[in-house]
Amino acid sequence: MAPSLSDYKTGVHNDWCPGCGDFGILNAIQMSLAEMGVARHEAAIFSGIGCSGKTAHFVNVTGIHTLHGRVLPFAQGAALANPNMRIVAVGGDGDGLGIGAGHFVAAGRRNVNMAYIIFDNGVYGLTKGQASPTLKLGTKTKSLPSPNVNYNVNPVGLAVTSGFTFVARAYSYDVRQLKDIIKAAIAHEGLAFVDVLSPCPTYNDINTRDWYAGGGTGGGDGAERHSRIYRLEDEGYDPVVHFAGAGELNEKLGQALSRSLEWGERIPTGVFYHNETVTPYDGRIRDQIRNYAENPPALQAIESGGRATTDVSPMLDELAA
Amino acid sequence: MAGRVDVSWLVGGPQGSGVESAAGIFSGACASMGYHVFGKREFYSNIKGEHSYFVVRASSGEVRSNVSGADIMVAYDTETMLRHHADVRGGTIIYDSGMQKAMISDVATMDRDYAARLGAELAGAGRPEGVEGAVAAARGAGTAVHAVSFRAILSSLAEEAGNPRLRGMTRMFNVIGASLSMAALGIPEEATRAAIRRAFAAKPEVARLNEMAASRAYSAARSEVGRARATLAPRGGPREGTMLAQGYHGTAIGKIAAGCRFQSYYPITPASDESVYLESHVELGVAGSRPGSTLVVQCEDEISAIGMAIGSSIAGARSSTCTSGPGFSLMAECLGWAGINEVPLVITLYQRSGPATGLPTRHGQDDLLFAVHAGHGEFPRIVYASGDVEESFYDTARCFNYADVYQVPVIHMMDKYLASTILTCRRFEASRVSIDRGRLLTRRAGEGYRRFALGGDGISERARLGVEGAEFWCTGDEHDEAGHITEDPVVRAEMMRKRLSREGLALRAIPDAEQATLYGSGEIAIVSWGSTKGPILDALEEVRAGGGPEMRFVQVKMLHPFPASYVAHLLEGATTIVDVESNYTGQLGALFARSMGREPDHYILKYTGRAMTSTELAGALRRVAGGTAGRREVLTYGA
Ligand SMILES: Cc1ncc(C[n+]2csc(CCOP(=O)(O)OP(=O)(O)O)c2C)c(N)n1
Ligand code: SF4
Ligand SMILES: [Mg+2]
Repeated sequence: MAPSLSDYKTGVHNDWCPGCGDFGILNAIQMSLAEMGVARHEAAIFSGIGCSGKTAHFVNVTGIHTLHGRVLPFAQGAALANPNMRIVAVGGDGDGLGIGAGHFVAAGRRNVNMAYIIFDNGVYGLTKGQASPTLKLGTKTKSLPSPNVNYNVNPVGLAVTSGFTFVARAYSYDVRQLKDIIKAAIAHEGLAFVDVLSPCPTYNDINTRDWYAGGGTGGGDGAERHSRIYRLEDEGYDPVVHFAGAGELNEKLGQALSRSLEWGERIPTGVFYHNETVTPYDGRIRDQIRNYAENPPALQAIESGGRATTDVSPMLDELAA
Repeated sequence: MAGRVDVSWLVGGPQGSGVESAAGIFSGACASMGYHVFGKREFYSNIKGEHSYFVVRASSGEVRSNVSGADIMVAYDTETMLRHHADVRGGTIIYDSGMQKAMISDVATMDRDYAARLGAELAGAGRPEGVEGAVAAARGAGTAVHAVSFRAILSSLAEEAGNPRLRGMTRMFNVIGASLSMAALGIPEEATRAAIRRAFAAKPEVARLNEMAASRAYSAARSEVGRARATLAPRGGPREGTMLAQGYHGTAIGKIAAGCRFQSYYPITPASDESVYLESHVELGVAGSRPGSTLVVQCEDEISAIGMAIGSSIAGARSSTCTSGPGFSLMAECLGWAGINEVPLVITLYQRSGPATGLPTRHGQDDLLFAVHAGHGEFPRIVYASGDVEESFYDTARCFNYADVYQVPVIHMMDKYLASTILTCRRFEASRVSIDRGRLLTRRAGEGYRRFALGGDGISERARLGVEGAEFWCTGDEHDEAGHITEDPVVRAEMMRKRLSREGLALRAIPDAEQATLYGSGEIAIVSWGSTKGPILDALEEVRAGGGPEMRFVQVKMLHPFPASYVAHLLEGATTIVDVESNYTGQLGALFARSMGREPDHYILKYTGRAMTSTELAGALRRVAGGTAGRREVLTYGA
């Protein structure tokens, strides 16, 4: 029997604040797995630490709630040891772009086959609203005693320049688009990144649901209020790199970067960059380990009746006196 | 030790000049002749130019350590001559005559403090502060000193080969030096040439040139050096089943045999050699199965390295990381995560001298207490130490079994001394490696699988990723049986007991023989751990041979949980307890005192970054036996 949406929900009490944007992301993840028909035992959610990190306990597939900033190493280790698993890593913007920023860049370079979703709320939710790396310079949320003194990280731009091969942005209140993007991210061959704008009503009173919906855009000059969010695809934007080689690649990188800088009046969502001409890490491994895909580390036979079966004699012969 | 041949050979030169290959050639030739070999390398944290040296001991009997001093030295650079001439009291020195006029002040690489001490010493004896002074000092100490023109050997080689460019091939000074000394020791030219062929097996042309150089050096040695005072006469050929191994081979090949299939690491001396070895042997033959492989991932830092290894272990692969002190410091938080989530993991910890970057390429055993305590909070772990390279092969396999059976992180303590030794040892026997994966679940569980189910002996079934019906949760937060977050005080208490009872369980179930080893007998008992084993065993022989008392030695292998009652049993009847270790504070002594309720009577310690020699250790033990030892005996030998 094909699994239904409810199969992907645990009964674990969800303690997020009412109105938290993260609910939309959680729903979209569960819907994606259900629609893709991913068997529960073939998927695992890895999460970091933060409000967002609890997601692993709410999705009814194996859930590994790791440490603050470390979700990517844990998830990549699992994905590499058993590439048959569908691995989805999730975490906060502080988790992935503050304490875990080094792993973010390194993961891009590796391009391991998995998806990574950042719950981007501009604050450190779980520690009570300190500025996160994505909060804009000079912004003063109600949780901050004074305006943010740091420039912001550009998650999409950083992903694109670090080697991620699928880079998208979505909005947690547009669950349908979000779900489609997450499905595409999971299906992607290589490392996919989704930056999900997710309002934190408790601490971030600047980038609120109303703000994204157009709050403040009307102004006093009679202009109509309009949603700040638009879809790249609606403008005929083509994120796909079709050919290996520098020409098209640079063009697509450049357009993704320049769109990633748009903010304020117009905030793009959708797929910024999609490049399957780059060999994923497991493909690179196959150059050294020919049967890696068929016999990955986690599934190898290493003993028989309690006796080691690996033949080390070639190594010992090399050392014979 | 009458009738025993025992020769210590020293070669030094700038880093990058082939000191290591020279030592490899010497060791290879000795091993092929049937000698036991033990050598260690000393080097700076530098790639090119700083002083490095190798001391290799070749003996007709078993050798497990270096002695103080050397019987023969070959110096093809000034710094080696200046630094080590005094190590060769009464032996033989061969040096390149090209350096004759060099002064201490010409050696830019020498530590200033060292240069000042050396200068003062030579000047104090009224000798020139340079090579000539060193030569005079050596001769004064009864050493035979031979100046040989290495350039002239190159010239004759160039002539023979009809290639004038070879005249400038100073890169071959290492092989020329080694060959001169080997000729002087009476090692047959063919043994040297065979060792050269083997050392350069991947580059036949280089091998051929070096063989020719060796041949020229042999003839130069015949006319200009003659026989050294010590000799290594031909023996019956290589001993059956003997290997010439480097320090990291034990853990590296041990991991392969033990079925470790995932290793993540971030480069650091002296740990990365192991990972690089694994990287160069990824595809593996497996009896009764398709080929296997080790996936080695070079990470962005050590946090990632341990994080990946944990992820891979959760996926079901035997997984490991290998690091040194600075990297292990970064791993502490993840170590605790592995602890609270009962993840099997082996961390091979090649210690060096800290703190911080400390002496980055020098030896130390300063991380014992850190390994025992690393990470916040309380969680079970096993800390296990190997005493030598051969042990480390079998111990590596044990560590993986402990990790799987008790579902705990295991820290396998190694160190720089072990890592940078070259030695003959018995061929590792893979047939002796058993594999016990504990309660690993690889097939469908019944209904209601709970990863952290309470009850029984506290060890619950551990599903790997991908097992239908055995989905599970892990979290660094306290969790319930399913793995979901809880802050319930009752569950918390039960989970703490579940996890921490593991240590008592391990202590009871792991055979005594794996926890500690007793050598010898006597009222004076040494307690120690790790790589001091070799120097201690050799020192005990030396003390006895010199008419001193028989002593016993308890090598503690499992350091946490501490096998207090078994160690107490091994120490029955001992009146004096001597703690021996390469650190300042006596860390095993602290564990010992805490677990045994009694402090060691003496501490023999060394923290210069250089491993103990059996000679200096024997000296300290004689003082203990003679009642003249202080509470702390601090050793300092070695440049
Ligand atoms: C090493 C470490 N430092 C600090 C913390 C405390 N901490 C918990 S969550 C968090 C920030 C969470 O912010 P973010 O990652 O943006 O997640 P959010 O709660 O906003 O979803 C911090 C700093 C921690 N758990 N670990
Ligand atoms: S603090 Fe913010 S991010 Fe955290 S649960 Fe509440 S609303 Fe959501
Ligand atoms: Mg956040």
